[in-house]
Amino acid sequence: MTALVEVNNLSKAFGGVHAVEDVSFSVEAGQVYSVIGPNGAGKTTLFNLITGLYTPTSGDVKLNGESTVRLQPNELAERGMCRTFQQMQICMNMTAMENVMLGRHLTLKSNLLTTLFRLPALTRDEKAAREKATELMEFVGCGEYLNAEASAMSYGALKRLEIARALAAEPKIVLLDEPAAGLNAVETAALEELIRKIAAQGITVMLVEHDMKLVMGISDRLLVLNYGRVLAEGTPEQIRSNPDVIAAYLGG
Amino acid sequence: MAQLSQFRLKGLLILAIVIFAVPLFITNPFHYGLATQIALIAGAVVGLNLLVGFAGQISLGHAGFFGLGAYFSAITTSTYGWSAIPALVVGAIGVAIIAWVVGRPILRLKGHYLSMATLAVGFIIAIILNNEREITGGPDGMPVVPFDVFGWELSPFGQYTLFGMEISGDLAWYLFAGVILLVAVWLAQNLIDSPIGRALRSVHGSEVAASVVGVNTAKYKSLVFVISAVYASVMGALYAHYQGFVTPAIAGFDFSIILITMVVLGGMGSTIGVIIGAVVLELLPQLLADFQDMEMVLFGLILMLTMIFMPKGLLPTAANLLAKRRKKSAGGDV
Repeated sequence: MTALVEVNNLSKAFGGVHAVEDVSFSVEAGQVYSVIGPNGAGKTTLFNLITGLYTPTSGDVKLNGESTVRLQPNELAERGMCRTFQQMQICMNMTAMENVMLGRHLTLKSNLLTTLFRLPALTRDEKAAREKATELMEFVGCGEYLNAEASAMSYGALKRLEIARALAAEPKIVLLDEPAAGLNAVETAALEELIRKIAAQGITVMLVEHDMKLVMGISDRLLVLNYGRVLAEGTPEQIRSNPDVIAAYLGG
Repeated sequence: MAQLSQFRLKGLLILAIVIFAVPLFITNPFHYGLATQIALIAGAVVGLNLLVGFAGQISLGHAGFFGLGAYFSAITTSTYGWSAIPALVVGAIGVAIIAWVVGRPILRLKGHYLSMATLAVGFIIAIILNNEREITGGPDGMPVVPFDVFGWELSPFGQYTLFGMEISGDLAWYLFAGVILLVAVWLAQNLIDSPIGRALRSVHGSEVAASVVGVNTAKYKSLVFVISAVYASVMGALYAHYQGFVTPAIAGFDFSIILITMVVLGGMGSTIGVIIGAVVLELLPQLLADFQDMEMVLFGLILMLTMIFMPKGLLPTAANLLAKRRKKSAGGDV
């Protein structure tokens, strides 16, 4: 196994605040890798650094051996990395289906002439994209919203829709930022099942999550952050029995 | 969406029927003139709506591109004897290049900053057209030769035969402008309901969501800016030929604001809606001819009231009301 994502001595400071400091770890292909830690520990900042939304103050991120810290999010998507957001980013001016089809962007040729004159090549591609999007919406459990406006969907459904959009890009790795936040127990159980199914397809999953039961159940490895620094790293068993983690976070 | 495609064709069909039905109701050349102007301006507004309504960016200087297209055609055809169609095409390409060069840096800006930058672009164009007296005729403007296709001229004062019928030049121009508008709408609708269109709309919906699934948002913002500028340029060129005269006013700030008001009033993101916006705002000054000096005040007021009471614009608001009512009456039956 080779490391799909390799993070070396990564730091990000906002003014004098060190949101992420000297963080190193690596994620192997096919793993479910979770990042946990108290609020403000730097988890989302770490995700933003990995996905190209922030440029690190120092350190390096490698995706498949290639340094990515100077790349834009869309260039990372081209290299097989997609994500969802804690503050959901759904295009409310579009239908649910169009949001997922947006995820097909990179697989669709977007030639201006075929578009303007709506040539058969475009119609054919669009039909295929719609079928794929339908399949994905059913896969994540949004099948009932195939014809809905995004703005008419419930919070939980939108969270799943965002995952469908990320999967539509056929990523090698997806980063899910607090997918269970705001979900009830039933929805969380469904989410756990969904993440397992995604991992079963060979897609690497990185997760930021507060729901310990969910995280401990599905993760292959965990990274614990505290005040922007790595507190512990290891398998769920190692983390659960780590005295530092218990003191700082799990609370005995 | 199957629904979207259906709606698209329906909208286009209704528009075609309306355009071709208009001559049944008007006989007066002045009214044809007005209808032709409306159709040409509506075409530019359809293009501006791609930028403002769908991609969520703003241009307060769009009349500048309209004016550039108009003056390029005016100068090349009238001063240098070019034929109208090559002039229009070369003008559109030139405007596309200018829009791309200008758009690339300023579309990094957001909100008020983008408004100010586009405003400045419009001002610069208007000032150049005003000051280059030798070429443009300055504030007095310049005459423009009629539109021609391979030596055949289309003038509002001519007489033509169409399918064996004698028609006046006014009517011929109106029909021509109507067909151009239909094509403009058809192209715009095709663009919107496509991967490119989704990328554009996602820039409006959530730029960051767009970028993480691989949309190069900077590229798409420039693209839509260029496309909307080309729409303005082409319509401006036709407008110049139709009017037979151009003045720098068509590139000016007032006209930019009128174009934006048409988009906002008709309904941002509704291609048919913004045409209604253009019709209403072109007709209104005619109905209120006594208040000519107050025109801009009126437009400002309309813009404000629409923003406050009807932020989605005329057509979407009306469609919503209708849908609600239908639901209510359907609910009543059960």
